[in-house]
Amino acid sequence: MKKSPSITSKLPAAGALTALVLLWLAVSEGGIVPAFLLPSPVEVVQALVSDAPILWENALVTLAEAAWGLGIGILAALVLATLMHRARVLYRAFYPLLVITQTIPTIAIAPLLVLWMGFGMAPKVTLVALTTFFPVTVSLLEGYASTDRAAADLLRSMGAGRWQIFRHLEFPSALSHFFSGLRVSASYAVVGAVISEWLGGFEGLGVYMTRVKKAYAFDKMFAVIIVIVVVSLLLMALVTVLRRKACPWEAFEKIERND
Amino acid sequence: MSGVTVPALWAEGVTKSYGGRTIIQDISLSLEKGELVCLLGVSGAGKTTLFHSLSGLERPDSGRVLLEGEDVTGHPGKISYMLQKDLLLPHKRVADNVALPLVIQGKSAREARAEALPYFKQFGLEGTEGKYPAQLSGGMRQRAALLRTFLGSRGVVLLDEPFSALDALTKREIHKWYLGVMEQLRLTTLFVTHDIDEAVLLSDRVCILAGQPGRIAAELPIRSQRPRGMEFALSEEFLAYKKEILNLLEA
Repeated sequence: MKKSPSITSKLPAAGALTALVLLWLAVSEGGIVPAFLLPSPVEVVQALVSDAPILWENALVTLAEAAWGLGIGILAALVLATLMHRARVLYRAFYPLLVITQTIPTIAIAPLLVLWMGFGMAPKVTLVALTTFFPVTVSLLEGYASTDRAAADLLRSMGAGRWQIFRHLEFPSALSHFFSGLRVSASYAVVGAVISEWLGGFEGLGVYMTRVKKAYAFDKMFAVIIVIVVVSLLLMALVTVLRRKACPWEAFEKIERND
Repeated sequence: MSGVTVPALWAEGVTKSYGGRTIIQDISLSLEKGELVCLLGVSGAGKTTLFHSLSGLERPDSGRVLLEGEDVTGHPGKISYMLQKDLLLPHKRVADNVALPLVIQGKSAREARAEALPYFKQFGLEGTEGKYPAQLSGGMRQRAALLRTFLGSRGVVLLDEPFSALDALTKREIHKWYLGVMEQLRLTTLFVTHDIDEAVLLSDRVCILAGQPGRIAAELPIRSQRPRGMEFALSEEFLAYKKEILNLLEA
């Protein structure tokens, strides 16, 4: 009984997805668009099945790059956001710079990174780290700033120092924000890895994608896209699971808000 | 200790200004151990500044604050201060919330919890130890905040409108309960309220904070018998005190 609202709330999305696949099926099977331009969903599924071992192998490579990049991005974000929060000078110095770096297109720096770092894993991990660290940094900064001033006064009245206020109040208060940012970053991570693979490398979903594109194997292209989507969704789901583990109190706050 | 009793809390000539404006001037207060004194004031008379100065959050420009004879002026963590909102941290379980002052004082989380748990029953919080504040009712949250204030204290607590957010019935219950707890724990309380009824019902003494800069304009001992229940709240005696306080506030 308890789960029924969440199931009903997901029904429209499931319906829309089904409708879209049916439309795709009709368009491709009905001959409205030639088969060599748009493969039918059936062909895509067949490609998924027949290519499964290769896709799996390449997906693992891409996932490893995404995970390393995301990990480094998170670590950098934690360090930078915390330092910027503690020292206003650093905030004023780095915040505009941070925003500017975000306007640089990923596509533009990826080839540079390949030139500098070679065709191995390093440029991919770097690119993922660069794209994922921004959302986490910004959300952490927001989280730190949203700390209740009165609560900070309360802790100070107990004799707490800056570190204790950070540990008992500011960091936990920022955790929810942190996870919101991390969810966005997780969705960027796999795409970032794929893009950097396009521009040079030996393995990974992006490399495989350029290979099947050159062969005009559109069904295989679609199969790779589906794998990328699934891997991204899994990564985002993992963030949600981690969030529930790290912020168990949120469950009760939501109940209160719905009342 | 040679017959002369040291006041539990003694503020002497406390003055504090911000940006050239004096907010409170020459405030002196003395509370005996176990006494409950109410600070009644119009808004803007500087009660927050006074409480910040007494708790050590702010250092007064002049004057001293003594806790059982020890100079604690400008030293937070000695006189326990409950701010206006309950300010329970949403991310900590109730047991960890109330034990927080002990952790801040340097105890381990486990030690602090162990020290806090025996008081849960007395504070009507049995069974809430592992819950989060969002799961508690308003009255429970307030009692949890009071327990936290008590655990962090050395017997003297400052309460800033501790019961103002509660409905009338809950308020009456919590008043009765608080007086009992105060006696059992030998607590000394200085509290702020805007509610004259509450002041007369609870206090041993009412201090009127008024003016700009704020000063103690008058002091009025409430000598009525305890417990002060419904009967008292409807008595001539109660009305007489209320009238006197209203007159003092108008002055």
